[in-house]
Amino acid sequence: MLAKRIIPCLDVKNGRNVRGVRFSADKDAGDPIALARRYDKEGADELVFYDITASAEKREIVGELVRRVSEEVFIPFTVGGGVRTYRDIRTIIEGGAEKASINSAAIHTPEIITQGAESFGSQAIVGSIDAIRRPLSDCSSEPRWEVVINGGRTPTGKDALEWAEELVDRGAGELVLNSIDADGTKAGYDIELNSMVAERVDVPIVASGGAGGPEDMYAVLSKGKASAALAASIFHYHQYSIFEVKTYLAERGVPVRPKIEIDLT
Amino acid sequence: MIAIVNYGMGNLRSVQKAFEHIGAKAAIVHRPEEIDNADRVVLPGVGAFGDAMDNLKTAGLIAPIVKAIAEGRPFLGICLGLQLMFAESEEMGQHKGLDILPGGVRRFPKGQRVPQIGWNKVRIQRETALLDGVPDGSYFYFVHSFYVASKRDDDVIGTTDYGIDYASIAGSGRAFGVQFHPEKSQDAGLKILKNFAEHV
Repeated sequence: MLAKRIIPCLDVKNGRNVRGVRFSADKDAGDPIALARRYDKEGADELVFYDITASAEKREIVGELVRRVSEEVFIPFTVGGGVRTYRDIRTIIEGGAEKASINSAAIHTPEIITQGAESFGSQAIVGSIDAIRRPLSDCSSEPRWEVVINGGRTPTGKDALEWAEELVDRGAGELVLNSIDADGTKAGYDIELNSMVAERVDVPIVASGGAGGPEDMYAVLSKGKASAALAASIFHYHQYSIFEVKTYLAERGVPVRPKIEIDLT
Repeated sequence: MIAIVNYGMGNLRSVQKAFEHIGAKAAIVHRPEEIDNADRVVLPGVGAFGDAMDNLKTAGLIAPIVKAIAEGRPFLGICLGLQLMFAESEEMGQHKGLDILPGGVRRFPKGQRVPQIGWNKVRIQRETALLDGVPDGSYFYFVHSFYVASKRDDDVIGTTDYGIDYASIAGSGRAFGVQFHPEKSQDAGLKILKNFAEHV
């Protein structure tokens, strides 16, 4: 049986960490590779690099980051944030990442998903969805979520469940569901969003947005039917270690990859 | 020197970097004579079985690989590289493999999510130098839709449960294959590469 995955997310800009660098005395605080190594040691099953570089050299900067990560960290990793073209995907995959995560670009040009999956396989293409919960429609008890882009500022009119199905039909091998309502609240993932999408599609779901602690991860990996739980702040600021989260999950019967000591010298 | 065979089936850089990380020298090669001159041979690969055999054949790499194994030089197939060690595959038609191990490559039965992507456990079935210091039940990172069905029980070194129990590590003599990606399986995977580079 596959282990449920715990995935720390690293926000990077111009090849440096974004989160919390200003407040840290640690000279490595800005280095994503140092942070990636720390997460690897703590037992992360995978890493996500979310790149918010906005310069013309973005592709080169991302390419360099991917190469450095693949030289030093030997677990799978995904790169997302502004992945727009086939060349962007190629830079990420050929540099040594397992997956490229595509969000807004899929709304504008859905063919990018198909093209990426045909060239690199579905396992390399992640469909990332930012979803906002909308009020119940009249005469309906079905909850609904709308897909938004630009960090939640731009509504697309698309229903998140239908969009999830379309992304999978087009070849996405995994979906990340980021709840804009829950993001940054530390009040827990949107369990209902995850479980409803998980029932509609047969690719793994990565829950994102709202992680406040191990109990939130337990909820979304059990009741929420997600295959993986992603979090940034709680790991970055040492609120919880990945080891603590996994211990909590294992005690409750969730299959996780345990920490093992292997002598590599 | 470890030769990592490049035959146009996927990115080999991660494999090379993983060997470097554990202190072994590994070169990515694509010419028959480079395999002839290698102490150890690694055959990685992602993609379709038929394409892979076609590419190996066109590049003239089948004979040097088979020769390296026959001479007892250590060999490691990774993912598709493990599958290619077997006699045949039913992936998109019938294809002949390198025929180093008896058995074939089969699709996972219906009812399981395919491809299998993620961390799964390996149960050790037989002791070998390749697994020195790797605890039984360690997790490794898998990405695949087909599995190998070995005809010889002795060739099954490790098994994994994904709807069925299948051989995730197979081998005979000093020729080994692993279905998972050791270069992406953290310390457990690196340990296997280290064992391959130093002890096999």
